[in-house]
Amino acid sequence: MKNIRLTIDKITGNSFLVLTLLSTVTVVLIGVGLYYKSLPILQNSSLSSLLLSAEWKPFKSSFGFLAYIAGTLWVTAIAIIIALPISLLTAIYLSEYAHVKVKKVLLPPIDLLSGIPPVIYGVWGVLVIVPFVQEKLAIHFVEFSSGYSTLAGGIVLAIMIIPLIISILLEVFNTVPDGLREASLSVGATQWETIKHVVLKKSLPGILAAVVLAVSRAFGETIAVLMVCGNISEIPHSIFDPCYPLPALIANNYGEMLSVPMYESALMLAAFILFVIIFLFNTISRIILYRLEGRMN
Amino acid sequence: MTTEKPHISVKNLNVHIDGNHILKNISIDIPDKKVTSFIGPSGCGKTTLLKTFNRLLDRNGNVEITGQVLVDGVDLYSPDTEVTSIRKKMGLLSQRPFPLPMNIYDNVAYGARIHGQRDKKELDKIVEHYLRGVSLWDEVKDRLKDPATRLSIGQQQRLCLARGLAVEPEIILGDEPTSALDPISTQHIEELFLKLKDKYTLVLVTHILRQARRVSDYIVFIYMGEIIEFGTTEEVLLNPKEKLTKDYVKGYIS
Repeated sequence: MKNIRLTIDKITGNSFLVLTLLSTVTVVLIGVGLYYKSLPILQNSSLSSLLLSAEWKPFKSSFGFLAYIAGTLWVTAIAIIIALPISLLTAIYLSEYAHVKVKKVLLPPIDLLSGIPPVIYGVWGVLVIVPFVQEKLAIHFVEFSSGYSTLAGGIVLAIMIIPLIISILLEVFNTVPDGLREASLSVGATQWETIKHVVLKKSLPGILAAVVLAVSRAFGETIAVLMVCGNISEIPHSIFDPCYPLPALIANNYGEMLSVPMYESALMLAAFILFVIIFLFNTISRIILYRLEGRMN
Repeated sequence: MTTEKPHISVKNLNVHIDGNHILKNISIDIPDKKVTSFIGPSGCGKTTLLKTFNRLLDRNGNVEITGQVLVDGVDLYSPDTEVTSIRKKMGLLSQRPFPLPMNIYDNVAYGARIHGQRDKKELDKIVEHYLRGVSLWDEVKDRLKDPATRLSIGQQQRLCLARGLAVEPEIILGDEPTSALDPISTQHIEELFLKLKDKYTLVLVTHILRQARRVSDYIVFIYMGEIIEFGTTEEVLLNPKEKLTKDYVKGYIS
């Protein structure tokens, strides 16, 4: 009897390990697969010409990814710059100031926002954000913009990642023990002083983790962005210029014109570059996070 | 009940949390510059009563408070009372130490800085004075810039006491302040309380009767949200008038 129980225990433990390994191995397999598929173009042209040139002429076999990489970074940066302050202040309000009753009313719509499919954000972006950028913003800064722009992509993306950041930040603030707040309040600190010196300070690693997750999400977001960012393969010179992020390039073109030599391999390289950007970003932020936590304890 | 001048005066205090009646018609005068202990079984409302004194109870939960809590004659729950100045008057020591996420020095200097002290020399003086006050100075003087979390739990609790004292309060509130500590650290804290009662009014919540007996001048026995008995330590612990108190002191109810 005892032996059967122990055997079952061993089997369950090991089968969970197998399942866990499965997802880890998948990441490696995807990475290797993408690299393997992009090998032809990597052997054909030098890495510097691929990464540092913005000339994209598939029929002349010139594939420069700089415009796409720039587009991806621009859109993501704009999204984070818009989303982070809004999310941070909202999360602070909900976690520190709002009465439980207020919280109960305000929180569900925010959660709902993260459940809306990206394509709806895309349509909404085309109908609202693109005209807004064209008619209300761009005319003050540039001669002409169609509205389909880096900025429009950034705004739509920001709105998509705001609920994500808010919900992570709420979890993070929740882990700050109430006793710490009380300790600060009890010496006569105001609510804001307590937030500034205690809650935010204690949450710094968590805030960073929230940003990392949001950025990773933003890098990869495809459909909503490609609907509003214009998709012209040039490096944007202002935020009112159109851009063409890597995910949009892949989604728009894969499956078409694959008879063009090297074209499929080039798209695979685009995916591989995206993969590497996210991998590097995650690794670097993990190191920073680790250092930060080490310094605090 | 006492002839001494009250420091905190509670009148007809009723507290509801999430619709539950937690404190029922509490009226009590906490004497000035004495140690008063709240005793009673878990969940009887002693911590809740303590937290009404510095208004940490009604921050943003579902809490309804009626009645008055007067500190030096000022009603804490009157709408025009400024809460931060009230809290500054009271140092808080909680069940387990909560050092702020900063170094030892900054923990003690925290309150003084909040209240506008910028002078480095003054801050140095304050930090040393209060760390000496809780007999922690010799243990930490060479590592004031270390994170406060590196200290032992007992040291952390003394640091928290120093942090509270550094804003020059008149009252010290202790919410089972030794419950997370080992016997030696507990003894340290108790000795500090005895030393502090010349200058401060101390209000302690404790579930350790021997501790209540060792440190307090007055004892309040609370049961199911009501004050059952209030008197000097001897009266309540050795000659309780009420049957409930008698049962609790003897250990029949806990």
